[in-house]
Amino acid sequence: MRFGVVVFPGTWSDCDFHYVVSEVLHQPVRYVWHRERELSELDCVILPGGFSYGDYLRAGAVAGRSPVVEALRGFVAKGGLVLGSCNGFQILCEAGFLPGVLTRNECLQYRCQSSHLVVENVDTPFTRGLRPGQVLTMPISHGEGKYHADAETLARLKQQNLIVFRYSEADGRVTKKSNPNGSLDNIAGVVNPEGTVLGMMPHPERASEAAMGGTDGLLMFQSLLGSLVEDGSFLKR
Amino acid sequence: MRARVLVRLKPGIMDVQGAAVKRALVGMGFSELNDLRVGKVIDIDLNEPTVESVRARVGEMCRQLLANPILEDYTIETVDDLAPRGAAR
Repeated sequence: MRFGVVVFPGTWSDCDFHYVVSEVLHQPVRYVWHRERELSELDCVILPGGFSYGDYLRAGAVAGRSPVVEALRGFVAKGGLVLGSCNGFQILCEAGFLPGVLTRNECLQYRCQSSHLVVENVDTPFTRGLRPGQVLTMPISHGEGKYHADAETLARLKQQNLIVFRYSEADGRVTKKSNPNGSLDNIAGVVNPEGTVLGMMPHPERASEAAMGGTDGLLMFQSLLGSLVEDGSFLKR
Repeated sequence: MRARVLVRLKPGIMDVQGAAVKRALVGMGFSELNDLRVGKVIDIDLNEPTVESVRARVGEMCRQLLANPILEDYTIETVDDLAPRGAAR
């Protein structure tokens, strides 16, 4: 599976994602500069965390209108996979790939800590290898991660099963206490109706080696590779 | 021609920044404070001949980038509304 890791001015998780894909997953990967428009040779584009364009105006607002994100529209229309983590999630919402928006944490603090996520939707290439109700442990690191959407959008997310991860306790119970940023319904990650564009605030790339404190993030990358085999798309190359 | 865009959080949206500023002011003794919300001011100078065309173009900028309709409302003031030399009113 050929990966691209997008780099904006101010991106900071690009090297971590590149490292995990090339050194842990052993898959081909290249950096994609934010002015690039050519993505056709890639299978999965990653929008990493950071502070693209200094979070000016709103987090992800300027990056959400950049050439590479415009090129993502064609890429997604052709079935390409997109994973946005942290700032990448903010960019996907700002660009309209995913509903809702990420706003300032309710506690007003920047939160950098380990978090538990309960898996709600395993019908995506990113989560196919997981079990419904499985609890993953991954770090979060953000100041603007409070997911917000209007009531109509929330109802649609639930009805179409588009909520992929929710912040939870270690045993999977979704509680107010386990919500680190005040997100609506503890939402930590959502997917588009096609299941091909996933946005999440936590950092799977920072939980992909035992030496880093956990490998739950790697399960998502392994799901991605598994989906390539399951749907036979590797035969089409 | 100049325009000024005011971007505000919608009424139903909790303004955590405004709440923090309000707490600070109340702590400083401004106990008469009822409510406070923080917004953004964006001053724009553009080559458009008429107030109508300025409003149309700046409105397009707001819809496409300057405001997020999920969270924010915006108002546009044109040169007619602004004080001479753009001085703060």
